Amino acid sequence: MKTKLVLAITVAAATLSAGVALAEYPERPITMIVPWSAGGGTDAVARALAAEIEKELGTPVNVVNRTGGGGVIGHTEMLNANPDGYTIGLATAELSTYYWSGTAPFTTGDVAPLGLVNLDASAFNVSASSEWADLRAALDAIAAAPAGTYKLSGMAPGAGYHLAFSGLLNAEGIDPLKVVVVPSQGAAPGFQELAAGGVQIVPSSLPEAKSMIDAGQVKSLAVLAGARLEAFPDVPTVQEAIGRDWVGGTWRGMVAPKGVPEDISAKLEAAVDIAWHSEGFQTFMKERGFGLEYLNAADFGTFMAEQQAQNGEVMKLLGLRTRD
Amino acid sequence: MNYVDALSLVFQPHTIITILGAALFGLFVGSMPGLTATMAAALLVPITFYMDPVSAVGAIVTCSAMAIFAGDIPGALLRIPGTPASAAYVDEAYQLGRQGKLAQVLSVNLLASAMGGIFGALVLIFLAPQLAAVALNFSSYEYFWLALIGLSAATLVSASNPIKGCISLFMGLFLATVGLDVVTGFPRYTMDSVNLMGGVSLIAALIGLFAVAELFRKATTIDEDLPPPPQVKGAILTQGIAAIRQYKLNVLRGSTLGTFLGILPGAGADIAGWISYAVSKRFSRTPEKFGKGHIEGVVDASASNNAALGGAYVPALVFGIPGDSITAIVIGVLLIKGLNPGPTVFTESGDIVAAIFIVFILANLLLIPLGLLAIRAAGKVLSVNQRILLPVILMLSIVGAFAVNNSVFDLWIVLVLGILGWLMEDNGFPIAPMVLGLVLGKIVEESFVNSMIKSDGNLVHFVDRPISGTLAAVFFAIWIVPLIIRLVRRPKAA
Repeated sequence: MKTKLVLAITVAAATLSAGVALAEYPERPITMIVPWSAGGGTDAVARALAAEIEKELGTPVNVVNRTGGGGVIGHTEMLNANPDGYTIGLATAELSTYYWSGTAPFTTGDVAPLGLVNLDASAFNVSASSEWADLRAALDAIAAAPAGTYKLSGMAPGAGYHLAFSGLLNAEGIDPLKVVVVPSQGAAPGFQELAAGGVQIVPSSLPEAKSMIDAGQVKSLAVLAGARLEAFPDVPTVQEAIGRDWVGGTWRGMVAPKGVPEDISAKLEAAVDIAWHSEGFQTFMKERGFGLEYLNAADFGTFMAEQQAQNGEVMKLLGLRTRD
Repeated sequence: MNYVDALSLVFQPHTIITILGAALFGLFVGSMPGLTATMAAALLVPITFYMDPVSAVGAIVTCSAMAIFAGDIPGALLRIPGTPASAAYVDEAYQLGRQGKLAQVLSVNLLASAMGGIFGALVLIFLAPQLAAVALNFSSYEYFWLALIGLSAATLVSASNPIKGCISLFMGLFLATVGLDVVTGFPRYTMDSVNLMGGVSLIAALIGLFAVAELFRKATTIDEDLPPPPQVKGAILTQGIAAIRQYKLNVLRGSTLGTFLGILPGAGADIAGWISYAVSKRFSRTPEKFGKGHIEGVVDASASNNAALGGAYVPALVFGIPGDSITAIVIGVLLIKGLNPGPTVFTESGDIVAAIFIVFILANLLLIPLGLLAIRAAGKVLSVNQRILLPVILMLSIVGAFAVNNSVFDLWIVLVLGILGWLMEDNGFPIAPMVLGLVLGKIVEESFVNSMIKSDGNLVHFVDRPISGTLAAVFFAIWIVPLIIRLVRRPKAA
């Protein structure tokens, strides 16, 4: 029985490998690693993108959720995968923080970029009953009050939205450590704390805050974006609110392990480009309220390097940096 | 909201077919150890892209209700809970089955589940906005006390030997500390392994401690002559109705508690099952019968975990804040369908929301006939030769454990905890408290540390809010009142 099985596998493998020599990439399904759990935002973006890449390359793209450890497990898997083009991954902003926090030994330079697919600007959300009428008032109040008076929630310390917020305070000459982080698993529990009066600020993206804004529980003082968001015309940019050009938030992009042969990575880059511009993906992202931002592989690589350096600076200010 | 228009949305042939399909899928997933209701919902998401909003959400509502009930079936048959929500009363249900009351316990599971589900749905329909506002006042202080009350349930659940129960609980709490610390992200007990950074997966632990440990136990006795397996016989429903009649107040209590725990973001069907079972024992007139095959606690807990499903939609629909892991997925589906959760969803998309409410009721009514079929089919499982049945269960357990995170490492956790669970049970240590410790450990720690950060280390804030103060009083009452009673009685004995 066992010998028969081994024989069958050998025959099958031989047939397949004979095919490799002839067939062109891709000739078997591609795995897309998602470092966050099924049903979440990153998972949704990955699945929508996978469906379009699948159409483009004509081979199934299977989304595999490798969760845990604040995304570090999934990112590790992307990095260490066989660089044959059959394993790609949707990396998230956290990738540019692991090195500084000492969670993992790798940086954004250790993956091969394929394309940035999404950028969600952070917003300065406060309780609807807050006395702060605008961003200026909020920043002045934080500057004037003793450290620890104000608290924020909606993420783990050192996550993308926290770093964007801290960077803004620093640019305004306020020590970012004055605002204490109450850690939470995502924006929703953060809003729960905001409504219960436990914290004063939740720096989430605007779509994440929409339900609470509609419910009259939350107001947004500013969005850390270059221009007002189409769906939120009433929320001013930081530039409009206080005259400072400040953009920040969290991002997602397709990456591959380093060392993928050039012709294959060129195919993958082209597929990501076409998938991003497809009508299906565009409609999906608009409906879900995700920020539509695209950078090609080269620009995405530069972007990630900038993020890595910026986050190193901000994390140092926050005392979250454990190495140089 | 117009319920007549909503009815016409629900009673479309394609909607009904979708709901039926989702129901069968839910029954299958729920009765497989390791495949949970949340996973069933997550697996449906890609398919919902092609459905209209009512079918999409209806499919998830139906399949999760079926899965939570179906999780009871392998519990009663094999002492292996199908989903974490059934873990609290798996021993009790199994004991009942061994006493020849398999049909009774399964039909009680079924009827109490349907009634609890309908209760939760009615609360959702009539009281959603008001209750969501209350739930929003729960902050980390309240969750801290609630989680401590939940942990206290462990000592109640394992009263036959409270010391061994506590040891088991602390082992669970220890396992919950493995991985990146929930607050600062500091790695604990990870021994530089990336896999351990993710911590001990609850599902893998559940499969190891319950399913694999049970398989080890059965494997050691496979050559002995076993007593004939229990049969599902007679009019199944009548046996259940009698028990439900006797404990109708328990159905109401379990449903109320379950709905309430479902509404609180962060608690869900899993925790509802535990707390209801413990409450049932605490207030029972015959607590000494618990754990030896007594239906009372099963009534409470079966109603409770299904009621929690409806409750979880309250904060999800009103504020876009998920009440449990299933509604977290549902919110994503609603957004894709152009429905923005929030108070406006009731006015802007009133018909669709009303239709979803109707599906809730329909799903729980449908649970009874389909559940009966499932019970009949499941009864056949026990007549399969153990030498075939046990390897099949092992295979399903391995697939289930792997499927959660697609992680081979999780299979090692299954094996290690399987051996541990087998040795513990053999030496009189109950397993259930360990699972409870693993479920609640992170919540206790996170809510405590967050509360300390918010209050700048001032402990007074833990009790100076009206709800947190009340919960604290309940917690201390659970622990101190029995001690006082004992102290008062002692002089007489001396």
